[in-house]
Amino acid sequence: MSEPMLNESELHAYADGQLVERRRAEVEAWLVANPADSERMEAYRRQNEALHALFDPVLDEPIPQRLRRPERQPWSMMPVLRHAAVLAWIAVGGTLGWFLHGAQEARPGTSNMALVRQATIAHVVYTPEVRHPVEVGADQEAHLAAWLSKRLGATVKVPHLGETGYELVGGRLLPGATGPAAQFMYQNGRGQRLTLYVRTNAGGSPETAFRYARENNVGVFYWIDGPFGYALSGDLDKPELLRVAQLAYRQLNP
Amino acid sequence: MSEIDRLIEEHIPRLRRYARALVGDRVCADDLVQDTLERAWNKFHLWRRGSDLRAWLFSIMHNVHVNGVRKNSAAPPLLPLEDDALQMPVRATQEDGLQLRDVHAALACLPQEQREVLLLVGLEEMRYEEVAKVLEVPVGTVMSRLSRGRERLRQIMAGAAVPALRVVK
Repeated sequence: MSEPMLNESELHAYADGQLVERRRAEVEAWLVANPADSERMEAYRRQNEALHALFDPVLDEPIPQRLRRPERQPWSMMPVLRHAAVLAWIAVGGTLGWFLHGAQEARPGTSNMALVRQATIAHVVYTPEVRHPVEVGADQEAHLAAWLSKRLGATVKVPHLGETGYELVGGRLLPGATGPAAQFMYQNGRGQRLTLYVRTNAGGSPETAFRYARENNVGVFYWIDGPFGYALSGDLDKPELLRVAQLAYRQLNP
Repeated sequence: MSEIDRLIEEHIPRLRRYARALVGDRVCADDLVQDTLERAWNKFHLWRRGSDLRAWLFSIMHNVHVNGVRKNSAAPPLLPLEDDALQMPVRATQEDGLQLRDVHAALACLPQEQREVLLLVGLEEMRYEEVAKVLEVPVGTVMSRLSRGRERLRQIMAGAAVPALRVVK
């Protein structure tokens, strides 16, 4: 006759993987001798699995904007800091522009504002999409690039941003102000999404500096490069977005 | 974004997962997360640096939720499953009859205090002592809620009639 040396808590701890190692042998022996308990613990373990299967997908959902801390509050309390930040960003933008293509006078012309606006609208429309975030998935990347190149009339490259944690989800064709445009979507392990908007540089503006804008709580780095204007949008903080933008730029200009 | 915001933000996906499982409905769950975050941002000076931030945030969520439930005790506690959740892929391990939809529905039948413990242990994989800290109850209470919650869930899943008796602590 086996002694009741175990308590219910230890059985649960066994099912949850929380049992202290030295008790393992005894619990396992108990479960062999008591098939009803064994069955019960197996059912509990399966409950845990079911909970993960049901709710783990939530972890990959993009975080809604309303769950992000509004930035206005601390900024408005510290106008000095805000000015410093603006100056810092102008400096960063200027340095980058110089670094990338030599110093150029970069005026945010109306066509560039249109680029930013179209890119952010496309960003906020498609990033929350659960079922159909893209038209062509990353598994057909070669087809995606070929198709968009054909529609935009110049070779479109798809940058790989994996080293920043953002993997390609895919892309889609969009109507732009001056013709077809393209959007590539990226997602990191936490379900945060970025989009790279690409449209033809119809105005032929030579401007190539990296610039930053913020619209509707979406941060955008944009630049003109050869036949295309690019805008990288995401609701992550500026330094992080900048890092991704730099990588995208390098990828597009190997 | 400040370091504090970043620290808190790392936990948002888990807070959302837990809230979704706890209240069932997506919008209500995010409401709960939002209330929790607002309180956390405002009370961050109360968090002891170096102590477990996850436990602190979950404990805020617990209190916000309990207060909300008290305030709205007349309102129906759970809404039916959403379309998206219904179409979630079912893993192959579920072929044994443990249907996810049934688990979701059965979970809603549990008393809230049992559901909380079951989720913190089974989903959030907290140690029993952490759960006790988050809920501010003794470990023994955690274990008895866990035990009763799991058994009740098992019986519901096995098709046994749900006892109409109120569970008395």
